[in-house]
Amino acid sequence: MATQHSRSAARLMISPAVLLLLGWMIVPLAMTLYFSFQRYNLLMPGQGGFVGFENYRYFLSDPAFFSALTNTLLLVGGVLFITVVGGVFLAMLMDQPFWGQGIVRVLVIAPFFVMPTVSALVWKNMFMNPVSGLFAFLAKGLGLEPFDFLAQAPLMSIILIVSWQWLPFATLILLTAFQSLDSEQLEAAEMDGASPVSRFLFIMLPHLSRAITVVILIQTIFLLSIFAEILVTTNGGPGTASTNLTYLVYAQSLLQFDVGGGSAGGVIAIILANIVAIFLMRMIGKNLET
Amino acid sequence: MSRAVSTRRKAITTAAAWTIGLAIFFPILWTIITSFKTEAEAIASPPSLFNFHWTLENYFAVQERSNYFRHFWNSVVISLGSTLLGLAIAIPAAWSMAFVPTKRTKDVLMWMLSTKMLPPVGVLIPIYLMFRDTGLLDTRIGLVVVLTLINLPIIVWMLFTYFKEIPGEILEASRMDGATLRSEILYVLTPMAVPGIASTLLLNVILAWNEAFWTLNLTAAKAAPLTAFIASYSSPEGLFYAKLSAASTMAIAPILILGWFSQKQLVRGLTFGAVK
Amino acid sequence: MGSIQLKKVEKRFGDVVVIPPLDLEIEDGDFVVFVGPSGCGKSTLLRLIAGLEDVSGGTIEINGKDATSVPPAKRGLAMVFQSYALYPHMSVRKNIAFPLRMAGMSQAEQDAKVNAAAKVLNLGDYIDRRPGQLSGGQRQRVAIGRAIVREPDAFLFDEPLSNLDAALRVNMRLEISELHSTLATTMIYVTHDQVEAMTMADKIVVLQAGHIEQVGSPLELYRSPRNLFVSGFIGSPKMNHITGAEAAKHGATTIGIRPEHIDLSTTEGMWKGVVGVSEHLGSDTFLRVDVGDLGTITVRASGEFAVHRGDTVYLTPQAMHLHRFGPDGLAIR
Repeated sequence: MATQHSRSAARLMISPAVLLLLGWMIVPLAMTLYFSFQRYNLLMPGQGGFVGFENYRYFLSDPAFFSALTNTLLLVGGVLFITVVGGVFLAMLMDQPFWGQGIVRVLVIAPFFVMPTVSALVWKNMFMNPVSGLFAFLAKGLGLEPFDFLAQAPLMSIILIVSWQWLPFATLILLTAFQSLDSEQLEAAEMDGASPVSRFLFIMLPHLSRAITVVILIQTIFLLSIFAEILVTTNGGPGTASTNLTYLVYAQSLLQFDVGGGSAGGVIAIILANIVAIFLMRMIGKNLET
Repeated sequence: MSRAVSTRRKAITTAAAWTIGLAIFFPILWTIITSFKTEAEAIASPPSLFNFHWTLENYFAVQERSNYFRHFWNSVVISLGSTLLGLAIAIPAAWSMAFVPTKRTKDVLMWMLSTKMLPPVGVLIPIYLMFRDTGLLDTRIGLVVVLTLINLPIIVWMLFTYFKEIPGEILEASRMDGATLRSEILYVLTPMAVPGIASTLLLNVILAWNEAFWTLNLTAAKAAPLTAFIASYSSPEGLFYAKLSAASTMAIAPILILGWFSQKQLVRGLTFGAVK
Repeated sequence: MGSIQLKKVEKRFGDVVVIPPLDLEIEDGDFVVFVGPSGCGKSTLLRLIAGLEDVSGGTIEINGKDATSVPPAKRGLAMVFQSYALYPHMSVRKNIAFPLRMAGMSQAEQDAKVNAAAKVLNLGDYIDRRPGQLSGGQRQRVAIGRAIVREPDAFLFDEPLSNLDAALRVNMRLEISELHSTLATTMIYVTHDQVEAMTMADKIVVLQAGHIEQVGSPLELYRSPRNLFVSGFIGSPKMNHITGAEAAKHGATTIGIRPEHIDLSTTEGMWKGVVGVSEHLGSDTFLRVDVGDLGTITVRASGEFAVHRGDTVYLTPQAMHLHRFGPDGLAIR
């Protein structure tokens, strides 16, 4: 359904969105790229100049970089694993008939609406604090030594906090997928003699694959740039134990005012994100054919 | 066809589901309860769940200390402003892609989504410097612009999936009936897509409300929304649990209530319509 | 007012030719039906006339004026879509008034016209309901109502009855025919159902793969199909086609004989065969007869004809109704 007229109208109407996004992508990207080859420190104005790959060499040889890289991958991978596995089980449970379904659904989805700074602060102070947190109280009640989560296992603690925030999202989407599963298919499989386990493996899981793809895709977009949770809980520490790439670049450029070095880090973050993006796009390209 | 489920099985499921549901919700519940305690009761050991002297003093203290209402208003302006601006740009774009698709439509959509993959930190410095030089730092306008661009791909995608479900014949009928492009979009498409537009609006208001990278890095005091307001409780006030709880409750309550009321519409939006 | 001429009109999607260059003349007041199997390009042709698609070549003239690049709204045509395409968020009244509103007509005029249309189509009872609350037949009427208020030069119907059940379809068929005789406006009607074509049309255009196979009145097509395709497409049950030696006897590659033009006897006749499946409709009986080398032949017997599976019958084609086709598939006259 298209005439010359409607086609040119369409081009006109799509162009603001395309141009804005193009500008949003290209202008800052070009500037980041430019800065990354400059000596540029906000504390030392007037000491600029082209430095070639100096900034990259500095950033890549910084031991903090590799720990940030590992932390980023662990954070994304850990949260994805917890939310997808937890989400499948929770969704399966909530798909069963039980009393108060509506209320439980409201309870489960709630963390998704909590802003990252709030959930990080609440977890950090009221639950994970080794002196007066609720976990410390419980540990003492059981006669155990309170565990200082954010000091002794900072990354794991952040993974837990972020997983709590994203579990509702995964659960909700997987639940929707469960509900669209044709129950006749399951009944047919039951008639064919499939055990509950094989029904789950061969009927439910394939049916969920599309929903799982969506969960992974959307969560990855957001998880790659986790920032606020780290800022308010650990400030990346102790040392660099909970610094991810986003936080490292932030620290480099806005805490140490090294714009050149920070920009080099930004470019590296973009390259890494692109590697992940290509992988993800392949996946959805296959799985989201509409 | 549903079949009869034994009461016993239903009771077990009920117990399990409620236990997990309450466990997941507990941190929020605990925050809300603590916000009504005095500071002494908040760190009392053993902590009490309901049996304490309920007070509103923390709420007044928070408002006094950090002017909650100004931050609240900043959050409203920024999240609603960026979403409405985004919709105004995205509706025509989604119309084009849904009803006059070309060979490249899918690529354009994928490209738009890929801009979401661009780590914000990669462009933080230029944006920060540009904002500093143009006086946009710590302004609501500045944040509205950034959040519009951040969420534009998601808005376009969501609208696209909703629009695609509207039969093209109806738009053609309006064209035969003499509607101009403007009336076609205004009187036929938009009213038909109201549910989809509403859920797009909701989800993006929520995303913008909770956005905590740009809002933290581009504001200082004047334009700071609730995300920044709460970050200021990081330390040392974080140890004043009752006040922290009151501030947290005030920061999340508006969106929590909005989200609960609209959760059905949200689910479809969240999945870009890919899961039904 | 409402004559339409297509001159060398063609449509390609990329390299795919959907409609090769085609000429067609539609006169004012005609009821023209485009009929053909699905995918024959009949709907595309209608959309080209409507202006919802651009032609790839040739010109479309409406009332003698070149309308090839005129936008759909300005062609003076109204269309009834297969899905009815009613605006779901508007009441029936608002749906019908929409084209008038778009034309900037005053509220009073709009009301008058909507009421008049509602009366003609008996919409009174549900004029303030939304389309979602209506049955298929009612929606169909609203769609027609929306078309007639515009007082177009021609109506375009795109398979309007295909979503209705059989009984309703017969009713609506009559109503549309009646509407045509009342309004005397040109109507172009697309269908894949040859019964609709035969019962409604002044003029039938048979299309296959974008080609016009034959244009003519229903009876012309029935009596003298121009080629094998038309002979098989028009008429129900289908015409029997026989090839080989029997055809050669008549100096043709293929001969065709309609089921109703075969005399049936239990004692004597030209072709001897064995009764297979028979369909007893009461008024008619259709027999599938296996006639050896000639294949299976369908025969119509009037009323109830008492034979059973396996009985032997004799068939005699009526010579005056025998159709002969040459090697190129064209009729030999």
